[in-house]
Amino acid sequence: MAAATRGAVGLPGILKDAAFYALGTFALCVPVVAFRTDAGPTGGLELTPRWGLVLALCAAIFLARLAQRLILMRRDARRALTPARSQATEAVGATPNAGQRVSMLALWLFIGIALTLPVVAALASGSLGEGRYWIDLGILILTYVMLGWGLNIVVGLAGLLDLGYVAFYAVGAYSYALLSTTFGLSFWVCLPLAGLFAALWGMLLGFPVLRLRGDYLAIVTLAFGEIIRLVLINWVDVTGGGAGISSIPRATFFGIPFTAGEDGFAARFGLTFDSMHRVVFLYYLILALALITNVVTLRLRRLPIGRAWEALREDEIACRSLGINTTTTKLTAFALGAAFGGFAGSFFAVRQGFISPESFNFLESAIILAIVVLGGMGSQVGVAIAAVAMVGGPEMLRNLGFLKAVFGQGFDPNEYRLLLFGLAMVAMMVWRPRGLISERTPSVALGERRAISGAHVSEGHG
Amino acid sequence: MTRPSPDAEAVLTVDHLTMRFGGLVAVGDLSFKARRGDITALIGPNGAGKTTVFNCITGFYKPTEGKLTLAHADGSKHLLERLPNHAVNRIGRVARTFQNIRLFQGMTVLENLLVAQHAPLMRASGMTVLGLLGLPVYRRAEAAAIERAKDWLGRIDLIDRADDPAGDLPYGAQRRLEIARAMCTEPVLLCLDEPAAGLNPRESGELNALLRHIRDAHDTSVLLIEHDMSVVMEISDHVVVLDYGVKIADGTPGEVRADPRVIAAYLGVEDEEVEAVEAEVGLTVTHLEVEA
Repeated sequence: MAAATRGAVGLPGILKDAAFYALGTFALCVPVVAFRTDAGPTGGLELTPRWGLVLALCAAIFLARLAQRLILMRRDARRALTPARSQATEAVGATPNAGQRVSMLALWLFIGIALTLPVVAALASGSLGEGRYWIDLGILILTYVMLGWGLNIVVGLAGLLDLGYVAFYAVGAYSYALLSTTFGLSFWVCLPLAGLFAALWGMLLGFPVLRLRGDYLAIVTLAFGEIIRLVLINWVDVTGGGAGISSIPRATFFGIPFTAGEDGFAARFGLTFDSMHRVVFLYYLILALALITNVVTLRLRRLPIGRAWEALREDEIACRSLGINTTTTKLTAFALGAAFGGFAGSFFAVRQGFISPESFNFLESAIILAIVVLGGMGSQVGVAIAAVAMVGGPEMLRNLGFLKAVFGQGFDPNEYRLLLFGLAMVAMMVWRPRGLISERTPSVALGERRAISGAHVSEGHG
Repeated sequence: MTRPSPDAEAVLTVDHLTMRFGGLVAVGDLSFKARRGDITALIGPNGAGKTTVFNCITGFYKPTEGKLTLAHADGSKHLLERLPNHAVNRIGRVARTFQNIRLFQGMTVLENLLVAQHAPLMRASGMTVLGLLGLPVYRRAEAAAIERAKDWLGRIDLIDRADDPAGDLPYGAQRRLEIARAMCTEPVLLCLDEPAAGLNPRESGELNALLRHIRDAHDTSVLLIEHDMSVVMEISDHVVVLDYGVKIADGTPGEVRADPRVIAAYLGVEDEEVEAVEAEVGLTVTHLEVEA
């Protein structure tokens, strides 16, 4: 039977297919790769032909396609010989599957690294000052973890696709910046206010989009994000316009400033002054904020409101038939997600000391949404892993200096960031279309809590 | 058995209900009563407007004309057509199932039954605030809700599958679960849209037993749409027959079965016979044919 299958497809067919791919590569290469353009000494354009490279690329694609087809052919033959599983959906096993094991391991690894990062960075680099790069990177990643977890409430749990989440991040950041520079309020007073304002804006967005679903909801939320950004740019009297707001008061250790003076943090605690104290404090601050987001979300999932969100994602009509007020349920999801975005925003402002509308463009929304989708909608651990990969991954490219030895001195891995980013996305969507962790953990169980295969879980319609 | 007398109090009174979609009259001037403690069946050929009546009663459609009165046992009356969609269940205490099963497929069987107890649990969790703080008030309420869910799971024979996703259940079990889920909202009136559709004879028998239990052991009256005549004739106390959105018969299963108009609507008859029957009952059906 396997021989028959092989005969039917046939080696010549596969060769032809691979040759076709190579031809396609050639067609793409001619305008893009075949000529290198340099500015000549007279200012004209000099063309350097690179047919060797084109040939190498075509050959590589030819061989890759050939290998792929051969491997697939053997796999298909093997599958044809083994009986199909009777169940259409994945079996729900009592033993944890690979995904669950990875997620448990990742969880502890993640928590361990997160708690000790400043110490590890300081030890590995020699001193706190030299470990600053790693701590800053940790802060950046944790900010996105928190944003991802916040958006996860709206997208992952309630199933409402929100493309303008960065608007709430902006509202939080500007709330802190304006309240502190205008009224001199401290960070700890502004933090809850920023969350509150963002939640109000979340509700404001929620009302008009209550009846919208799917693509329409996505477009309106996208527009909302842009409106907020444009208001920030154009309302110059209040927001400072495109110039942004600078000299935002720095974070204090619950009222004690991180300064070298008498009443500074270092003097009070008998330490020698180090500007890194503030950075380490900021690191633990965002870690605490992110963990609070996580704990609150996990708790909400087990409360009626969390179950109502997930039920809303599964079937809105059934929800209404069971007496669930879908209006308030959607609004609370928007408001809570927005509040966490607002907290993260005010952290961003206190960390940067300067904010401008440029920080809150659509790309940010897209990255946060990508983190949620890649992580697996509704999965807290998945979102954290995705945030590390999406934010930390591109940063890692800066450290790949050794690639210069392979590709020549002119090679800068940084230039390929977006290319690799796109490749990673495509690969993810091919192999794990429902995200890294697609299983859903039930919120309550009579016996053992067993994960629900992603095949059953709805992604929401709006 | 303590069957209520024919003049027992009506739990649902439908008065002159009309539902138009543009030029199409889906339900025309329909009036009937469902008595408390009865199983009332709403039957009729395909397209007769049965599901439209259901959607009006359960708040998914706003009727063009007419009044839908629901009487609770304590004497309070609710006008269903004036309540918002979700309030029909919460305040009116009307629960329903759907023709194409609408379970929360990605949630477990137990979770499905807990979502149905949203309102009392929400109150117990102090609109989430107390629950977030982990106060015992909420934990007790949740334990009680799980007990109630377990009762129902025992009743519908799904206790072993409580932690499985609802989407994994066989079809018949999904039907039973949807009924149990509706019952977890403690309804005064339970509306079932073709509960026996797609069930095999054994499952159909189990369904009949479940519906009788609901009628006899709970303060819940049942209104059901059904095509399976064996189910209708066996368990219903009262049958209302619709054809082209108009009531053509109303009575006990025996009366309805013998009604020539019902036979005509279901089996179709020669034109002369229709005219003969019309002359006999003094009704002209031809004007009901949909214009445009």
